[in-house]
Amino acid sequence: MSSKQGTSLVTDLARARGLGASHTGTEHWWEQRLTSIALVPLTLWFIFSIASLAGADYATVKAWLQQPLSATLAIILVAVTFHHAVSGMEVIFEDYIHTKCAKLTAIIAIKFVAVLGAVICILSVLKLALGG
Amino acid sequence: MSNSSSRPLSPFLSVYKLEPSMVMSGLHRITGFALTIGLVLLTWWLVAAAAGPDYFAVIQGLLGTWIGKLALFGWTFSIFYHLGTGLRHLAFDTGRCLSKEGIVSSGWTVVVAAVGLTIVAWIIAFIA
Repeated sequence: MSSKQGTSLVTDLARARGLGASHTGTEHWWEQRLTSIALVPLTLWFIFSIASLAGADYATVKAWLQQPLSATLAIILVAVTFHHAVSGMEVIFEDYIHTKCAKLTAIIAIKFVAVLGAVICILSVLKLALGG
Repeated sequence: MSNSSSRPLSPFLSVYKLEPSMVMSGLHRITGFALTIGLVLLTWWLVAAAAGPDYFAVIQGLLGTWIGKLALFGWTFSIFYHLGTGLRHLAFDTGRCLSKEGIVSSGWTVVVAAVGLTIVAWIIAFIA
């Protein structure tokens, strides 16, 4: 545990790893960026598709979601959106919840709820796409 | 970290003068939060579509009321705003637009684009 100035309490190994008090590195930041890039075309496709379906009857909406391309993109959109939402909410909780227990509980809860929501959405799309 | 600590806690905003870029940054987070809540609506809409025409008519009816339309309008603007500021942050990440002029001009570009895209989406919805 020798540091150059002799005053730092950071070990050489800790300095080499370059990780701070969070104990993790840039994975979270990178995933948030990666999902955001994926969501640019997916969101534009979804919003303008939905906008052009405004006022359409059930059969038209169903027929649209039953197209292989729509179903594929909808499933990817749902998965990436929930992933991106969780990474954003995680940062919000980390910033504004100051008790460690409540913070951890909130982060675990949002992850569980997001998986639940994503599976419900994907199953709904699959039911429409495969149900005939 | 315990609440009893007297150390300053994030967000430590009270010492700064309110700037447009701060408001934009705050709105990026607020719209992100709102869009996460909006995922409940997306989930409900997909479940309703999978449940069949009768149940789907219920949610379409609710979304067709003026409160529903207002929520959808806010949702549309939130999406385009968050998308725009998100792209702006991706540009920041690569070191672009970080000058004072770059921050101001990219900020206005995002606001104008978000308003414009929202209007275009609603024009499409109304003529569809």
